[in-house]
Amino acid sequence: MSIVTVQLGQCGNQIGFEVFDALFNDSHCPRGLCSKKENEAYQASCKERFFSEEENGVPLARAVLVDMEPKVINQTLSKAARSGRWKYGQHSCFCQKQGSGNNWAYGYSVHGPRHEESIMNLIRKEVEKCDSLSGFFIIMSMAGGTGSGLGAFVTQNLQDQYSSALKMNQIIWPYGTGEVIVQNYNSILTLSHLYRSSDALLVHENDAVHKICAKLMNIKQISFCDINQVLAHQLGSVFQPTYSGEGSFHYRRNPLGIDWQVRPPLSGLPPLGKMSVNREIHFNTSIANLVILRGKDAHSADVGAFKDPALYTSWLEPVHAFNVWKTQRAFRKYERSAALVSNSQSLVKPLDRIVGKAWNMFASRAYLHQYTKFGIEEEDFLDSFTLLEQVIASYCNL
Amino acid sequence: MTQSVVVQVGQCGNQIGCCFWDLALREHAAVNKKGIYDEAISSFFRNVDTRVVGDGGSISKGKICSLKARAVLIDMEEGVVNEILQGPLRDVFDSKQLITDISGSGNNWAVGHKVFGSLYQEKILEKLRKSAEHCDCLQCFFIIHSMGGGTGSGLGTFLLKVLEDEFPEVYRFVTSIYPSGEDDVITSPYNSILAMKELNEHADCVLPIDNQSLFDIISKIDVMVNSGKLGAAIKPKSLVTSSTGVFKKRQEKPFDAMNNIVANLLLNLTSSARFEGSLNMDLNEISMNLVPFPQLHYLVSSLTPLYTLADVNIPPRRLDQMFSDAFSKDHQLIRADPRHSLYLACALMVRGNVQISDLRRNIERLKPSLQFVSWNQEGWKTSLCSVPPVGHSHSLLALANNTCVKPTFVELKERFIRLYKKKAHLHHYLQIEGMEESCFSEAVSSLSALIQEYNQLDATKSMPVEDLPRLNVAV
Repeated sequence: MSIVTVQLGQCGNQIGFEVFDALFNDSHCPRGLCSKKENEAYQASCKERFFSEEENGVPLARAVLVDMEPKVINQTLSKAARSGRWKYGQHSCFCQKQGSGNNWAYGYSVHGPRHEESIMNLIRKEVEKCDSLSGFFIIMSMAGGTGSGLGAFVTQNLQDQYSSALKMNQIIWPYGTGEVIVQNYNSILTLSHLYRSSDALLVHENDAVHKICAKLMNIKQISFCDINQVLAHQLGSVFQPTYSGEGSFHYRRNPLGIDWQVRPPLSGLPPLGKMSVNREIHFNTSIANLVILRGKDAHSADVGAFKDPALYTSWLEPVHAFNVWKTQRAFRKYERSAALVSNSQSLVKPLDRIVGKAWNMFASRAYLHQYTKFGIEEEDFLDSFTLLEQVIASYCNL
Repeated sequence: MTQSVVVQVGQCGNQIGCCFWDLALREHAAVNKKGIYDEAISSFFRNVDTRVVGDGGSISKGKICSLKARAVLIDMEEGVVNEILQGPLRDVFDSKQLITDISGSGNNWAVGHKVFGSLYQEKILEKLRKSAEHCDCLQCFFIIHSMGGGTGSGLGTFLLKVLEDEFPEVYRFVTSIYPSGEDDVITSPYNSILAMKELNEHADCVLPIDNQSLFDIISKIDVMVNSGKLGAAIKPKSLVTSSTGVFKKRQEKPFDAMNNIVANLLLNLTSSARFEGSLNMDLNEISMNLVPFPQLHYLVSSLTPLYTLADVNIPPRRLDQMFSDAFSKDHQLIRADPRHSLYLACALMVRGNVQISDLRRNIERLKPSLQFVSWNQEGWKTSLCSVPPVGHSHSLLALANNTCVKPTFVELKERFIRLYKKKAHLHHYLQIEGMEESCFSEAVSSLSALIQEYNQLDATKSMPVEDLPRLNVAV
């Protein structure tokens, strides 16, 4: 089953390139630490998911590149082609001349409708190349104008046109101390809209990844390239093939096949306690955890600690909330590696901070004229705030 | 990629404009070694086959044939424009894109705005339309002028209304040279106040600059260069004031050096839109991020470093110094002290070999000493462009929407009132058709209202920042 990736805006395109590069490098890594047959099955599975039939022997990424100005896409296309190992389809990009100006309203209300047909056509062409579509992987940032606004618009369209396919959005959370001054407005508008049309939001915070580069990897002068490569490594370790069940010999067909729907108990949620974010919590309560183990001893590793009920909310049994995927095939030269995908309270604080700052700015009416100019009114902001406060409250209540 | 058109008005505007085009050519020549007409160059230049007569000569791709500036040159005297057309840049300008007269505006805003405005309105529109037609996707008009004279001030601001009506979707960025205290034009306060009203109402973004600050900066550079402390360590042509030609130790023409600073400002402002980088910033993002309320669109700018030493590896300490300097009052292009005033928003546009961690480290370091308005405590907009300016390894342009711009306006208003109280020289203005005393009173009110907005913001400066109560929702 295949995944179609949609890369939006500067961030989405820069990261998208690193992700495909990481996936390709891993699947062609000589030291897989497993049998040749095993390795071939892994490669084939990876290829089916992310790359389509070669054109002159060079695999084409299953991706659509979208940006409202040409510089980044041109750079991305040439970087990929230069490597000679894989590339993007020549006609898989959509580009305009003038960007979105960091304006969510411009990306959503102007670029969206204007270019809807062209973009959805490109996506359809990519979907038609798949034997069987598993879903969409949409890479975007929240802070800017194209990734955030146009990204929200495109996700909505995907929901309408491909309702049965899974939509997972990779969202980049901007640095706390600004990259863009209106990033908090753009973020709340993005999140509230995606909540209504996306199936899963996979979040990476620039601050967190930056810390990884600084503290764990000891990089002195950290560039966005470094950050994107760490991100790509993490995503690769989640998306590369794994076995579907205990003792199964086939790679899982559906790469996004986690049971993303979390159903609260039929008897209703437990009575509301104090909804203070500052409540002392020793660990973040989860509603779902996925552990992915790759390499030596993957099959025999003990994941018992993840099944501790204390990690999960009271109305969930660990057995329903925890999953583990394994493969002995090592990931990118790491003899052993593990990844954790978690749906927990860990994002409550950052979300609360963003909502708080956006709210303060909204109260002063600053910058609103830039949004109302393109049809996003105060009502829309208020709707977004309401929805996100509900999300925060729901998570706090776990 | 988008294009921009530069409209240079009056003596000052044209002199600065000339420096700008010279530097722009040098910059693109340094980056574009193969001589291919690419999108970066097309932002400010057309590629023309000069053998073709008439309009059909535009070439959109391939090798560079002959570059023509996307510019309109306007002056009501012929001296400056003629000098440009006889100088080394004569082939860069399209002779059809000029509007000149012989009599000049006599340092009278009313002559520039009302008399020449109506006289040349059609012609101006025609030239602007022509330059717009040559653009694939026109994004911005850059207007360069001075506030204190007659043509730049009067006709320059007349233009703004024309642009707003004719090209409402295109941004109007105005670089305005404000008169210093010791300005030799007696009527400069009148001209400036009348021009301010137009800037308030019809400009998207204004970059105020004053001659005294520019002069102080070049004096400082001279001292540093001549003190011998740095000696041969300075890279040739790496001064922010450098122009084509030999590296002069003593600037004979201070205006050239001063104009080069402004030219560098415009180049750096547009660098992230023209060239690649890991965090791009287009021109529409400047307005989006730095203008929280439509009337507050005056941005204080600073350029650092003033020169680059010949070190190939820039030690972090020197890089950090570049950031510190950007906030010092000695580096601002207008008399202002942003550190002791209130920030509404700040943009840092970095060029060259600087990475995101350098940027972040410096923001963290400098933040505690700066005061930001309560609703924009982390109001930073940043951009990283990989291409450094010619002769430098890195540079920083800081744009601040800061209440420190208020003293300039207050002083301007005071100088105006001193003159107006005595009705001095007023008859020169009132005798122009269309001018009445109400023009003056309206202009002062407009400025007073603006000053009042800054006052209100300043009043919030020392107040503690409190989080507002949030929405209470039912789960």
